[in-house]
Formats: sequence, C-alpha cells, structure tokens
Amino acid sequence: MSTQQHPTVDVYLRVAAALVILTVLEVGVFYVPAFHPVLVPVLLVLSACKFTLVMMFYMHLKADSRIFTFLFGAPLILAVTVLVALLLLLLGALTLRGAGGAGAG
Amino acid sequence: MTHAHAGPPVGHHTSLGLDSRKLAFWAFIGSECLLFTSLISTYLVYKGRSVVGPYPHEILNIPFTSVSTFDLLMSSLMMVLALAAVQRGDMKWGKIWLFCTALLGTVFLGGQVIEFTEFVHKGLTLQTNLFGCTFFVLTGTHGAHVTVGVLWLLTLWVRALQGKLTQAHAMTVEISGLYWHFVDVVWIVIFTVVYLIQ
Repeated sequence: MSTQQHPTVDVYLRVAAALVILTVLEVGVFYVPAFHPVLVPVLLVLSACKFTLVMMFYMHLKADSRIFTFLFGAPLILAVTVLVALLLLLLGALTLRGAGGAGAG
Repeated sequence: MTHAHAGPPVGHHTSLGLDSRKLAFWAFIGSECLLFTSLISTYLVYKGRSVVGPYPHEILNIPFTSVSTFDLLMSSLMMVLALAAVQRGDMKWGKIWLFCTALLGTVFLGGQVIEFTEFVHKGLTLQTNLFGCTFFVLTGTHGAHVTVGVLWLLTLWVRALQGKLTQAHAMTVEISGLYWHFVDVVWIVIFTVVYLIQ
C-alpha cells in the first residue's frame, strides 16, 4: 500500500478557489480585445495551470508514488508529441500547398 | 485461505508496495489520455476546414459553457471532500458529498444535452461539416465518460446508504475519484482548445 499523505480539506478548498479564479481569468481574457494577439499562449498557460493543480492535489500525484506519475506522464508526453507532430505536418502540408499554388499562378 | 470472504475488499499489494487496483487504474487513465488526445488531435487537424456552416464562432455559447465548466470544477471539489470524509470515517458527510458530486455531474450532462439540442436546431449535426463531426465525437465521448462516472458515484452512494461502504473502503472511493478528476481535467483541456481558442 502506498503510504502517501493526502492534502487537508483546507488545501482542497484553496485549490478549488485557484481553479475558479483561473477559469474566470480564462473567460475574461477571451472577452478582452487587448489580449487577442496573445490569446492562444495565455489560454494554454492558464489551462496547463488548472490541469496541473487537479493532477497534483485532487489526484494526489504530488504526494503519491512516482510510479503513478510515470504511468500517467509517459502516455501524456507521447500523446502531446504525436499531437504537435501532426499539427506541424499539417502546417507544413498547407505551406507547401500554398507555395505550389503561388508558383503555379 | 484468502481474505475475500467478508469485510472490505483489500487490493493485492504489488512488489512495488502499491495497491494493485490503484496501479491498474493509473495505467487505465494513461490509456484514456491517449484516447482523448487522439480525439483532440483530430479536432485540431480538421479545425477551420469546414466548407459549409455553422462555424464554431457562430454557434458556441461561451457563457453557458463557462457555467458548465464551473459546475464540473465544483464537482471535483465535492469528490475530494467525499474522499476526505470517508477516510476519516465520517460516513454522513461522505454520503452527502458523494451525492453532491453525482448531482453536479448530472447538471453538467443536462447542460450538454441542452447544448447539443440547440446545435442540432441550428443545423449542426454529425454529418453537417468537419467541425460538427469532430466536435460531437469529442464532446460526446467526454459526455459518455461523465455518464459512467455519475452512475459509478450513484452506486457508491447507494452502497453507503445501505451501510456497505465504510471507512475501510476508502480506496474504492479514491479510485472512483481518480476517474472523476480525470474526466474533469479532460474538460479543462476541451474548454480551452474547443471553446476558447476558436
């Protein structure tokens, strides 16, 4: 049996407050035109913060065995790598198609 | 003899000193991570390639979905409060928090039904365009997972009402919590990637 120490109720409530604040920030950033040039990176960072908070405190990865972190982290890294590779391939294909179209024109 | 005749279920301890059920469940969550990333990848690859409407910016309702997101985040809080209550043997509050978690999950599902119905009335179905196809498959798969989670939580709640879920079953509640929080983190990603980054 793992002998991890789970967070206290106080920590759970603080994490919930942080999650709500981050969600309000996400929606706020979406509606503020000044943020639109940096909308995607800001939203991705805020989302990653929420993701990490839930994983670390609500799913107890912060205190639990590192083996659980590996069981989740390894597929996550693999999945994100495939996702980025796919998007880069698609972007490359679109760029090549655009260049081909421009050359033909 | 084994220990399986009566009393609480005790998972076999692995040679790593970890509970076998929890270890297996984390491996399952890892596989689910691959599933959802493949669906999100498909959505992103086909993003902006629909040749007919409705398009995302015309149809997605951010205020409504923000409330759904808040609802799911609060359900995660209820879930950890339920686990904390069961771990300290406070089954009265354990039952209350478990029920609240299932209730908030049901509210989320209700919101998804309303959203899907509205989209269909506005002409967006699985067959309409690439956005409709990838959107419904991704959010529908997530909704199916939430449905399984709600049924699981209600089962635990009923067992708690019958007195069959006690402090000794804290690991059972913890594993159901892992599933519920995973469903929550998937929604955190979907909310950002699908709804906010249009």
